[in-house]
Amino acid sequence: MTPSLVDLGAILPELLIVGAACLLLVLDPITPSSKKDLLAWMSLGALALCFMVTIGDLNHRVLAFSDLVIIDPYAAFWKLLLYVISGMTILFSMTYLKEERIELAEYYGFILLSLAGMMIMVSGADLLTIYLGIELMSISLYIMAGFKRFEAKSIESSAKYFILGSFSSGILLYGISLLYGISGSTKLTDIAQAVTSRGFDDPMVLFATMFLIVGFGFKVSAVPFHMWTPDVYQGAPTSVTAFMAVASKAASFAAFLRVLLEGFGGVKPSWQGLILVLCIATIALGNIVAIVQTNVKRMLAYSSIAHAGYALIGIVVAGSVANGDPIASGGVSSLMLYLAIYSFMTLGAFAIVGILRRGGLEGEELDDFTGLSKRHKGAAFLMMIFMVALAGIPPTAGFMGKFYLFMAAVNAGMAWLAIIALIFAAISAFYYLRVVMVMYMREPSAAQENETRLAFTPTTSVVLACAIAGVIILGVFPGPLVSVTTSAVMSFP
Amino acid sequence: MFDLIVLLIPIFPLLAVISNGVFGARYSTEMAGRIAFGSVGLSFLCALGVLGYVVSDPTPREVIAYSWIYGGDLSVDLGFLIDPLTTVFLMVITGVGLLIHIYSTGYMHGEEGFTRFFTYMNLFMVSMLLLVMGNNYVVLFIGWEGVGLCSYLLIGYYYEKVSAGKAATKAFVVNRIGDAGFLLAVFLIFTEFRTLDYLKVLEQAPQLSTGMATAIALCLLVGAVGKSAQLPLYTWLPDAMEGPTPVSALIHAATMVTAGVYMIVRNHAIFDMAPIALTTVGLIGGITALFAATIGLVQNDIKRVLAYSTVSQLGYMFLACGIGAYTAAIFHVVTHAFFKALLFLSAGAVIHSLNGEQDIRKMGGLHNKIPITYKVFLIGTIAIAGIPPLAGFWSKDEIMAHAFIHHHYLLYAFAAIGALLTSFYMFRLTNLTFYGNSRVDPKVEAHIHESPKVMLVPLMILAGLSVIGGLLLGFPPEHGLLHSFLHDVATPLGATAHEMNVGLLLGLATFATLIAVSGWALARYMYLSNPGVADEWMQKYSGIYTTLLNKYYVDEFYDKIIVEPCKRLGEIWDCFDRKVIDRFVIGVGNMTDVSAAGITWTEKHVMYAGLNVIGYGHHLAALAWRKLQSGMVHHYAAIIIIGLAILVHVAFLWFTSATALGQ
Repeated sequence: MTPSLVDLGAILPELLIVGAACLLLVLDPITPSSKKDLLAWMSLGALALCFMVTIGDLNHRVLAFSDLVIIDPYAAFWKLLLYVISGMTILFSMTYLKEERIELAEYYGFILLSLAGMMIMVSGADLLTIYLGIELMSISLYIMAGFKRFEAKSIESSAKYFILGSFSSGILLYGISLLYGISGSTKLTDIAQAVTSRGFDDPMVLFATMFLIVGFGFKVSAVPFHMWTPDVYQGAPTSVTAFMAVASKAASFAAFLRVLLEGFGGVKPSWQGLILVLCIATIALGNIVAIVQTNVKRMLAYSSIAHAGYALIGIVVAGSVANGDPIASGGVSSLMLYLAIYSFMTLGAFAIVGILRRGGLEGEELDDFTGLSKRHKGAAFLMMIFMVALAGIPPTAGFMGKFYLFMAAVNAGMAWLAIIALIFAAISAFYYLRVVMVMYMREPSAAQENETRLAFTPTTSVVLACAIAGVIILGVFPGPLVSVTTSAVMSFP
Repeated sequence: MFDLIVLLIPIFPLLAVISNGVFGARYSTEMAGRIAFGSVGLSFLCALGVLGYVVSDPTPREVIAYSWIYGGDLSVDLGFLIDPLTTVFLMVITGVGLLIHIYSTGYMHGEEGFTRFFTYMNLFMVSMLLLVMGNNYVVLFIGWEGVGLCSYLLIGYYYEKVSAGKAATKAFVVNRIGDAGFLLAVFLIFTEFRTLDYLKVLEQAPQLSTGMATAIALCLLVGAVGKSAQLPLYTWLPDAMEGPTPVSALIHAATMVTAGVYMIVRNHAIFDMAPIALTTVGLIGGITALFAATIGLVQNDIKRVLAYSTVSQLGYMFLACGIGAYTAAIFHVVTHAFFKALLFLSAGAVIHSLNGEQDIRKMGGLHNKIPITYKVFLIGTIAIAGIPPLAGFWSKDEIMAHAFIHHHYLLYAFAAIGALLTSFYMFRLTNLTFYGNSRVDPKVEAHIHESPKVMLVPLMILAGLSVIGGLLLGFPPEHGLLHSFLHDVATPLGATAHEMNVGLLLGLATFATLIAVSGWALARYMYLSNPGVADEWMQKYSGIYTTLLNKYYVDEFYDKIIVEPCKRLGEIWDCFDRKVIDRFVIGVGNMTDVSAAGITWTEKHVMYAGLNVIGYGHHLAALAWRKLQSGMVHHYAAIIIIGLAILVHVAFLWFTSATALGQ
């Protein structure tokens, strides 16, 4: 079958991104190393173009390529978020790569390729499309994690991520094949029919669901499939870590939710308990282990695990969205809101870690933050806001995100789940505020005073300004974003 | 006009925060101080204006700044509700706050980070004002967490002290436990009423079922207990004394800690529907009042004694709420703000004169060296001890009388014993600090000096308020100015006017006075007339003494059962995540079924081979190989498989139980 123009039009953003990525890879060798920034600006241009195109998708729904791809407001919301995240990552990387002496412009090409994978994931209406997207995203990320080729830690992180990632992809694919076995199709709609008619007591359905949950659980780093997260996050270059922690998590959650609700919505009561177990385990482990971390990147890795746990609440309480009543959709829209907010806070925190230098190295240990308020008032203040936001304290956006999620849990009659989450959120203040305490309530030693500096450049300032604006504005005026998420959910089929 | 004045109240300190926070380094510290207290002064003037409006027309009015949360079915405004209750708190916060700000410019003079201090103080004022002015629960919660954050920053102000940082974190985390309860209550309220505006919620509150009302009220209570330092979440408040003394006066005595009382009174319509919750409030208050007072008996740090007395006095306010005497609770909030701010600030003046000494064993005989400080401190002591006609007597007596008349004899007993202890330890503090022989370090003694005017004038004003505040606002009992002002907002649902038995009231008042005076007499006997007695008793009852001195070992208990296990769990999991101890994996490997072992085997052999084939680069292979041989990665993979196995088990269990339930 030849794709029609309509089909191609539907995936115009994806085509643009992939095209730009290829162009970057071709242009890279012929660009003198002093002009590599041009490539970054090019990719930003491509993102801006896609942003314009995708905004138009926010209010209509199209199926393309014989129902393999779906373009709906839900997908459009995630894509817009992913553009913003990628744009911020690229801007941040322009400084970071220079500081780390990673002078490889194919980096930007890989970011775009990975982004293309995520975009395919969020608008996949068929398990194979989604799988394709996951692989495109992951393979690019495996390579990017190892971009500090001369550092053992980075290589190790890449290798671990690759092996475990392939392993989990294998499990996911196995689940997909089982589903194909029972439904004769990989389309979510067909699977939904087969699953509903067979019921959950069919071992095939049961195992297929398990495999899918494990596969996606790995991608969103839910406990007990989280073990790669701290090692990989710590070892990878910080710009890549930020991208993984934010973009790949957002895209994976988007696909996870769509698969579960569209494919398995009919048997929700059966798998709800499983997600619930994962959710509580993830919240508990992420928060408790974060307490004892002394490396800020590792701490943020556990914090990202904990936040994945909160986000899972959204999946737990997301009802069958089809009936469109507000209580049922509360889970989905609050999950979308939460991940959008989480992206800004986490990107901001990682950006601060990335620009804090000790000698030629990155200042990623908690000690490097000692007395930061004395040396770099602005950076310390921004970090404080990000930490306060991650801890969920009003009036930052972090509070709004948690507020909606926990409210959705109580609305769905799961007040006890909200209690557990709230208690762990209270505990989380302990490790987030430790960073604040170290920055504001400790004297820097003389050596630290001389050694540490900040790699502030215009581009990093823009990134930090975007992040802080996101954290504050979404906290003080969350209305518009809430409206967007709610309307995106309403149009869910 | 009215709307503008209301909006300006929090805006003035907010502007000062921005100005001092951003440009503070550009101008002199004197200027920063002037901006700080000037802004609070302007807020105070606006609050006076609001008072004028509300006195002439006490119907609640809402002022909406803008529509804050919308989209979805939840809509919340950033709006303010002005009614008599809010107005009373506004007056206390801006009035007492202004005095403390003025005092601080003297007290903090020359301290490093002077501007930072006032930035935090003004930020605190903004949060506290939002807390009491908000017209819905979300605005209240912003203030609620905001005051917690500012308290955190201010406790940790002396960051050279390690203990200050620890105390700050403790205060914040304990507060957040309470906040979790409060937030849950907010969710429940929304589920029940589909709105979060006070006026709508409280109007519909009488239709609540008792069960739901109890659930909401108890969750609110958890929040109030955390913020107002009641049992069992009181431990942060005494530690919070690590902060500068004006902070203790403003945040940890006069304003923030009374937020819990404000919240209960604001929501009394819900509490009135839940008798169990009300009883709990009363009991917590009564027990805390007594418990904290016993600890206060033996403490040797001047600020810690005051801290425990604060916890104890907050207990009286909770007790009053618990028996439905909401007006009395607010009355006590007001008088307590006067005399406790006075006590803390004059304690600060003492510490200031003694060059930072806080241990009362190293004081003594100060009454003729710093006479003005001595006089105001004495006034504060008499006021808190409950000796008429000073402020504390009227409010405390009203609470106790209410408890007696409404047959809460147990609570009355708690309150009465607590009052005796309060009087005793406060006079003990005064005696040890200002009378007897000087035990001051000779080096310090040479430099003892009276504090500057900028500190003494606020003290005198507060002393004046502590003398006449009670009479002015609360005389005659239950029919004072405050009572008629608050009548519409603080009368319990379904309350009937009870017969006033003047004889009984007089009797109770006499008894209360007698209690207070005997506390004074006992302190005088033990610490002035026969100074040896105290030591003798200390020897004789050394068991009780050490227990009290160590605050019943509650902190140690919490450390042992909560903090330490949490940390240890974190370390264990962390270790697990990092190393995945070989022995464990082998053990688990043996236990898991054959399929898991099989897949692990395949992974180990096929994947490693695959890695080489891919030819990921020579150095990569070398490096990665070594790591892989340590076995870590395949152990991770094994964990994934084990996770999968567990999930399948859980799924079976869940599914079977679900079907069983279905049938």
